[in-house]
Amino acid sequence: MTYLAKPKLHHPSLVKNQAGYTRRDYEGKISTLCAGCGHDSISASIIQACWELDIQPHRVAKLSGIGCSSKTPDYFLGNSHGFNTVHGRMPSVLTGANLANRELLYLGVSGDGDSASIGLGQFAHCIRRGVNMVYIVENNGVYGLTKGQFSATASKGSKSKRGVLNPDEPVDLVGMALLLKATFVARAFSGDKKQLVPLIKAAIQNPGPSFIDIISPCVAFNNHEGSTKSYDYVREHNSAVNRLDIIEGRDEITADYAPGEVINITQHDGSVLRMRKLAPDYDPTDRIKAMNYVQERAAEGEIVTGLLYLAPEAADLHQYLNTVDTPLNQLGASELCPGTAHLEAINASLR
Amino acid sequence: MKPTEISNPDYFHKVVDCQWACPAHTPVPEYIRLIAAGRYSAAYMVNWQSNVFPGILGRTCDRPCEPACRRGRVEEGNVEIRKPVAHGEGSQPEPVAICRLKRVAADNKDDITALLPKAPTKSNGKRIACIGAGPASLTVARDLAPLGYSITLFESDPKAGGFMRTQVPRFRLPEAVIDEEVGFITGIGNIELRAGQRVESLKHILDQGYDAVVVGTGAPRGRDLEAPGRTEAAKHIHIGIDWLSSVSFGHITSIGKRVIVLGGGNTAMDCCRSAKRLGGEDVKVIVRSGYDEMKASPWEKEDAIEEGIPFLNYLVPKSFNHNNGQLVGMYFEKVAAVYDDKGRRSLKPTGEPDVYVECDDVLVAIGQENAFPWIERDIGLEFDQWGMPVVDQVTFQSTHPKVFFGGDAAFGPKNIIWAVAHGHECAVSIDKMLNQEELHDRPQPAVNVISQKMGIHEWSYDNDISATLRQKVPWQDQKLTLKNIKVEVELGFDAKTAYAETQRCLNCDVQTVFTPRLCIECDACVDICPMDCITFTPDAEETELRQQLTAPTLHPDQDLYISQPLRMTGRIMAKDEDVCLHCGLCAERCPTGAWDMQKYFIEMTHAGSGCRKPARRAA
Repeated sequence: MTYLAKPKLHHPSLVKNQAGYTRRDYEGKISTLCAGCGHDSISASIIQACWELDIQPHRVAKLSGIGCSSKTPDYFLGNSHGFNTVHGRMPSVLTGANLANRELLYLGVSGDGDSASIGLGQFAHCIRRGVNMVYIVENNGVYGLTKGQFSATASKGSKSKRGVLNPDEPVDLVGMALLLKATFVARAFSGDKKQLVPLIKAAIQNPGPSFIDIISPCVAFNNHEGSTKSYDYVREHNSAVNRLDIIEGRDEITADYAPGEVINITQHDGSVLRMRKLAPDYDPTDRIKAMNYVQERAAEGEIVTGLLYLAPEAADLHQYLNTVDTPLNQLGASELCPGTAHLEAINASLR
Repeated sequence: MKPTEISNPDYFHKVVDCQWACPAHTPVPEYIRLIAAGRYSAAYMVNWQSNVFPGILGRTCDRPCEPACRRGRVEEGNVEIRKPVAHGEGSQPEPVAICRLKRVAADNKDDITALLPKAPTKSNGKRIACIGAGPASLTVARDLAPLGYSITLFESDPKAGGFMRTQVPRFRLPEAVIDEEVGFITGIGNIELRAGQRVESLKHILDQGYDAVVVGTGAPRGRDLEAPGRTEAAKHIHIGIDWLSSVSFGHITSIGKRVIVLGGGNTAMDCCRSAKRLGGEDVKVIVRSGYDEMKASPWEKEDAIEEGIPFLNYLVPKSFNHNNGQLVGMYFEKVAAVYDDKGRRSLKPTGEPDVYVECDDVLVAIGQENAFPWIERDIGLEFDQWGMPVVDQVTFQSTHPKVFFGGDAAFGPKNIIWAVAHGHECAVSIDKMLNQEELHDRPQPAVNVISQKMGIHEWSYDNDISATLRQKVPWQDQKLTLKNIKVEVELGFDAKTAYAETQRCLNCDVQTVFTPRLCIECDACVDICPMDCITFTPDAEETELRQQLTAPTLHPDQDLYISQPLRMTGRIMAKDEDVCLHCGLCAERCPTGAWDMQKYFIEMTHAGSGCRKPARRAA
């Protein structure tokens, strides 16, 4: 952390987006995390993505649990709604919020402890139910706040800062998200914003449960030799299957690509994802193949990153439950409580 | 791009825009911090070391540092912090009031005489003659006297100071300030002032066996205006600088009620404001060019306007109108600025009828020139076709090996701070010459770059950034100032205002130093930088690289700091120095100490052992 607030002065060229805000307007308080924490890069990427998408800050709700990662919503989108929930309970609070007001953009920010240990059940059920949200896990494989014990996502055989080897199998959050049919699954690295920012933008636009596992090195406790989540290790073993360049509708694409290298995916809302393939045979719309591919590469010691899966037809909890289009919190007493006559009619129909 | 060589003294020097722009390279941020700490004497000495006349310059300097100041560029694009004035526009972006802070150090210092150098009891036997006791000669004397040289200052006026004493009016520069700072120099000892003694022959001086002669006689001849009626009405037409000099020495104490000042430079500004104080009720400045092209410093123009003096632009003097030698007015031709297809400006008559302006006196301030009638042309000292001496740009030596030129005498009219810079160089040349060294072989300045880190988030400088706007210098009541030419107009900052102004300084001398081998490319610095100065990107040529920066290049003349390729990705770090606030947040957020804030202090090479080859010691 730093003792100074970030000066309000900015580069003279700073521009406003269509919502009338500069990128700096999407910032929050100054981070109190350790210097060099990957989480701060993720905060910066969320800021960048929201600015680029012209999002109205007051139409965003950011919810988190407990942990280093869950502190971060304080450091971005200072003018949005926020809820720091109980440890591992972000998904259920977010589900409730989403049911009450389906019109906000829900950003669930969690960590490997919050989602893979204490909140594993919550994570699984939230994805399973199809809550429309962006579920971000800032995954560093370590409990930073309690000084560096292995978390549930630490690789088997990786070494702690004190030199102890991890005997346990890791929880594979990407694998679970694919299995439970999240409509958007991606993995990214906090040290590569060029890859991360478009993924966050695409996830925000996806109308279903969008999950991004972001490997985010802990500089204080998990950035040493023998760690599989250090800056060096991730850079060496990063195997990106694709890169999202631009989300269309705002800019014309001017870059030239070799034929077959680029695929366009039209999303639910009509916007187009333009994806540059890096792994030639990887098809991010085939969930089964995606699961196999990620597992195969993981067995080879590679960390597969990029857009791993995008459901061709996304749906969410409100569709499954057949709720009304109007957010529940906007319904009046007469709609919510139709009266004795209606109750009698329902009861009669059940007799 | 080639990685930046930060070991080259010039690289970081350029980042300190003010210091780089100052001819004497005064360490501005260093003394501003001392003022903030209330250490006025120390701040004064930092100045004195480099520019010799802090009290004088703190009132009269042409301030090349201020247009260069980074604060102006930073405020340029930050309209929000500027005060709203009419029509929703922010107030003008402004640099730090460097010059006025210098005055604060001079006004509030304690007795510093004990800190000044003294001439050694034993002279080194070398005698130096300085002709004209202005800023250039006085600087030579200050630099050389402590080394044991015997200095003789020849001055035609009764007191030393030159231009500073004769032409800068007392309401801008009180005599006491000149006396004090000239006294600091003559007090060193081994300096003889022969005041009131005009040198009529350089040959005569050389014949007296001086080891070196410095010509610091300024540009003493005011340009005259030839126009019909000039000779007939001569009694009421005065050459600006001569008139100012007579006012300074009390020979002139009044002027007519209606005064025309011709010219748009700083001398014209001094003339019109002086005339206003000596009985001129209707004083006008009349200039050939437009307001913006007038050569006077913007603040001097503003000060004259503040005192109720109108400027009449685009009027070319045509003739003096007189009744039997009694000046009654002047005719002017109206012109307009016309630009050709290359953007060059010329003044074309508009064809409108001539303008007639009534007046009792005219002050001609349309430029000044060098004049060397006292230098014989057969003593081996060459002059060029314009009558200027041939002087080496580096050593200030003329074609006569013993004769050096400094100040306005060397390359034509400039200003005090340039004269000081010339003086330092002349002193270096003389010291080297009399130690039998090659004059062009000038050592690099001494540079010290040292970390300011005190703790995890503590720096030995105040890295918080103030959003304060430039403080205004209070003025003495015009009822007093316009009546008495000796009453100083500007009152200077009080301690509180001075402190607020110091906080606007961005400490550009505390450099962001990057050590590529320590970098783990975590992007923390990129994320925190409030000015988006930092980029990690694949290497490319400068033009292409500038396209890839986090924030676009606004001033291509500002350098990019380029690192060696980084260990993991082979990318490079590129930092645009342009609007860096030197807040140190990059270094605070850096987990590995790859960024550090290091104070860059440069000590220019002055006369003495520092300018010479290391002396061989006995074994």
